[in-house]
Amino acid sequence: MRRFTWFNATSLTIGFLFLYLPMLILVVYSFNESKLVTVWAGFSTKWYGELFQNEAFLDAALVTLKVAVVSSTIASVLGTMAAYVLVRGGRFMGRTLFSGMIYAPLVMPEVITGLSLLLLFIGIGLDRGVLTIVLAHTTFSMCYVSVVVSSRLVSFDRSLEEAALDLGCSPFEAFRLVTLPIIAPAVISGWLLAFTLSLDDLVIASFTAGPSATTLPIKIFSAVRLGVSPEINALSTIMISIVTVGVITASLMSKRATLRQRREERAAERMAD
Amino acid sequence: MRRFTLIAVPYLWLLVLFLVPFAIVFKISLSDTALAIPPYAPTLDLSSGWAGLRSFFAELDLENFWFLTTDDLYWKAYLSSLQIAALSTVFTLLVGYPIAYAMAQAEDAWRPTLMMLVILPFWTSFLIRVYSWIGILSNEGFLNQFLIWSGLISEPLIILNTNTAVYIGIVYTYLPFMILPIYAALEKLDSSLLEAAEDLGCSRLTAFWLVTIPLSKQGIIAGCFLVFIPALGEFVIPSLLGGSQTLMIGKVLFEEFFSNRDWPVASAVAVILLLILIIPIVLFQRNEQKQREAEGQ
Repeated sequence: MRRFTWFNATSLTIGFLFLYLPMLILVVYSFNESKLVTVWAGFSTKWYGELFQNEAFLDAALVTLKVAVVSSTIASVLGTMAAYVLVRGGRFMGRTLFSGMIYAPLVMPEVITGLSLLLLFIGIGLDRGVLTIVLAHTTFSMCYVSVVVSSRLVSFDRSLEEAALDLGCSPFEAFRLVTLPIIAPAVISGWLLAFTLSLDDLVIASFTAGPSATTLPIKIFSAVRLGVSPEINALSTIMISIVTVGVITASLMSKRATLRQRREERAAERMAD
Repeated sequence: MRRFTLIAVPYLWLLVLFLVPFAIVFKISLSDTALAIPPYAPTLDLSSGWAGLRSFFAELDLENFWFLTTDDLYWKAYLSSLQIAALSTVFTLLVGYPIAYAMAQAEDAWRPTLMMLVILPFWTSFLIRVYSWIGILSNEGFLNQFLIWSGLISEPLIILNTNTAVYIGIVYTYLPFMILPIYAALEKLDSSLLEAAEDLGCSRLTAFWLVTIPLSKQGIIAGCFLVFIPALGEFVIPSLLGGSQTLMIGKVLFEEFFSNRDWPVASAVAVILLLILIIPIVLFQRNEQKQREAEGQ
């Protein structure tokens, strides 16, 4: 007895207006002619032009992308290993500490993670730059990857792996040919999550970035502290559109994949009958 | 051998880049400030052997922690962070519950779209979502323009750079974290229970209060922790939307470190923040455990 009442409709409308109106205003006003960001003065794309002239922003964007690609890739490998160890590893010395270290970074305030990593890098005399940001980002995002992957590992049928082993696969082959294809969607979403977290991170990057490498969020933050600027609105619009297209494509693809899977399952059932 | 590598690589990575850094923070919080690079003393000098180790431990003390209790900036910052985090968690719950409830009542065909609409902001840059409120809340911003145009007020309201703006920012950015677990709990709810309650004479409102709310308790608790824990150490929101009188411990720590360059005190601030956070984190873990057990049955 689900009843969708006028009250439900109102809360959804107000809720989604609250979630989307601020971003919508940002997008609309990025096309504003005037430098004054709260007064509409006609349509113009000049702020996009100025943004692409701004080399500091372009450099920072390049550094950010590099850091995000490298760190999320390493994090996916390490996170998948960690998930495998947690779910299939059985008992080993220090297992509790290991699972603690996987879950702790998820709830750790960013200021503490950033501060502690900076103190480590200074302690061992590592110059701050792209490398230190990559190390920092890999560390916290591998924990997110491992949580995503382990939830998939828990739910899948272990007898498939055992069958592969019985049929003469080595454990590594069984992982590569059976386990990996099954957990691949989770690894991919873990990679995407790690990638987004890295693109988005301001606090940890502020601690671990040196003068030689600035990331886009650091640049945006220092610009935004001085108030609203039309260039930042243009940059935000670009970022919002990329995310929107990405998320919609991903959800359409996963919808198609589930439909196909359901069709195949039904076909298999009919064959079995 | 393979199993050993499989365990050792992520294990070592986390030991070196997660656990050791904490040990360093803890150690520096017990050290004295010094005018040197790095700006604290003593530093561990293993070359002088046993004597060096002993003098290293002898020089550690709780001075920085005493300092935190004497300067009321710090305990005021802790208290006001707790207050801001707790109140904004309540506000997020009040805003998020009706949305999650409406999603659970919606037609099946609508649900994936509604889910996507809730998740989409989560993938969008946090910094940009906080930034979008500056233009809305400022004195000549959209909210004030709208309120003056509609004749509700004649003078602009001062919202930006106050605690109100911080509350709005936290509710806005953490709303998806509240909606998703509550929706997950409500979606599983067996609607025949509500029918039974109404057959037995409950009004819809009483049935909601006596059946729906208790059965979505786990989701509410999970959502509250997912908002409260990160909000407590928040840095971006108070520094962009808050004012000079907004005291939040994440911001204090950041400034202590970068502006005052007092590393030992910043480390002590971090250690205390961690101690405060352990309580909600343990409670959260226990709630998750309970939920897993309930699902396992």
